Amino acid sequence: MPVLSANQGQIWRRRTSRTQWAIWASWLVGIAIVGYCWKLVSDRTVWFFVTDAGTQAADLASRMVPPKWSYMDVLWRPVWDTINIATLGTVLALAMAFPIAFLAARNTTPNSAVRAFALFVIVSSRSINSLIWALMLVAIIGPGIFAGVLAIGLRSIGFCAKLLYEAIEEIDAKQVEAIEATGASGGQKLIFGVIPQILPTFAGISVFRWDINIRESTVLGLVGAGGIGIQLDASISTLAWTQVSLILLVILATVVVSEWVSAKVRHAII
Amino acid sequence: MLSRAPSLKRPGRRSLRTMSETSVPSYPRSWKKPPLIANRFLRWGLWFGAAIYLSLALGTMEINWGRVAEGLPRGQRFLSAFFPPDFVSRWDSIVDGILESIWMTVIATVAGIALSVPVGLGAARNLAPTPVYLFCRAVIAISRTFPEIILAIFAVKLFGFGPFAGFLALSIATIGFYAKLLAEDIEDMDPGQAEAVKATGAGWFQWINYAVQPQVMPRMIGLSVYRLDINFRESAVVGIVGGGGIGATLLTAFDRYEFDSAAAILIIIIAIVMVLEYSSGYLRRWVQ
Repeated sequence: MPVLSANQGQIWRRRTSRTQWAIWASWLVGIAIVGYCWKLVSDRTVWFFVTDAGTQAADLASRMVPPKWSYMDVLWRPVWDTINIATLGTVLALAMAFPIAFLAARNTTPNSAVRAFALFVIVSSRSINSLIWALMLVAIIGPGIFAGVLAIGLRSIGFCAKLLYEAIEEIDAKQVEAIEATGASGGQKLIFGVIPQILPTFAGISVFRWDINIRESTVLGLVGAGGIGIQLDASISTLAWTQVSLILLVILATVVVSEWVSAKVRHAII
Repeated sequence: MLSRAPSLKRPGRRSLRTMSETSVPSYPRSWKKPPLIANRFLRWGLWFGAAIYLSLALGTMEINWGRVAEGLPRGQRFLSAFFPPDFVSRWDSIVDGILESIWMTVIATVAGIALSVPVGLGAARNLAPTPVYLFCRAVIAISRTFPEIILAIFAVKLFGFGPFAGFLALSIATIGFYAKLLAEDIEDMDPGQAEAVKATGAGWFQWINYAVQPQVMPRMIGLSVYRLDINFRESAVVGIVGGGGIGATLLTAFDRYEFDSAAAILIIIIAIVMVLEYSSGYLRRWVQ
């Protein structure tokens, strides 16, 4: 126990001097790094605009209220499109993530080269944001909902496959062994031994990702991939701030509802 | 007598076979896997609902298949334009964008976490009085709802172009993520330790420092590295709306149809994210 010897005797301390010094040193280094980064960022900032932000905010707020409720008639269709992009994208992602997860899990993969490839697919899908996927896909197949669905699908493969392969690695091996003992082939082992064990996780993952995808598909329209983001982009470009505030409220409502649905469904599954 | 008794109770092989042949012929020979959803009406209802929804969604999607088919050969040309990635001709602006992203990520993560500590403490039900609790939960809900890019649009509108706007957007998004998880972790902590420290007569700050903090620290360090990773990924998109960083460079590359430079940028992003992910996994194992 770290104690300090003083005139009156021994006093308890939380850490030894050595750990205390190490902690001080890492704080020093950390603060130095953050300070340096802050200086570089502030060099590139026009401080006039920043000090001006208060007036700008007040101005913007006065332009944004009241929301233009009549614009809602135009918005129903984009909201429907947004939900479709998220749902169909999730379905697409799950269809692709399912085989990849089996290739990536240590206990079901055919060999380590295939496993490395599957892991690479997972990481690259996860590290590129859906907006960047959409940017690329709009360039390739043209603007529209289809590009959005593909972007959401490609982006979600990594997330779904990662959670799913972790679930596959954690299954109970005894059940698979029992199925094997009945003389089952490799495919039958997967269908009757592995899949029933991961199905609840699979359902949970799909609802969880659907909820995230609703959030992401609201902004895909900014690069032309369909959904309510197109109206948002158009309203911001034309400085129609009363429409912008209505769109933000609609996004808020959609996200809250989808979160509620996802929480309910996950609760029902687990 | 003793030696014969067991043989009476335990029938031999032959007698077992004859018994099963005679007495259990009606045992079912086939077996069906039990379904995931036990309730039959719910199961078929879900399938039916899914079918209706899919037909509606696909029906209103208006995919112009002609346009897609037309686009495919063009898509192939686009894809071939991505290869080979060109690291050389825009190297300076790529390095500049990556560095700007890294600075932004670092300060946004630090500022976001610094801000989310008080919010997280306030949003833990076992620590905060109800008005504080509701206020902090509202802050978390608002910053979680809007995607980083919408926050960035408004930050750019209010604070002007450049990395400062991106920094603000990422910090606010960090609060929603980190404060929520911190609050949940505090709510799950062991109340015995907290009570023990309180019983020594510790003040509020001592209580937080000696009872709460050691319990939540290991997980929070792991999460902060994870958030650093997310913030770097998101910093690649806030640039699309003018928030500075590598996203601006990427958008310029797309707008100029320099797909080979864009491919180089994407490869660099993937590489950095992979490094971050491995080091964060390593750090989390080391902390826990």
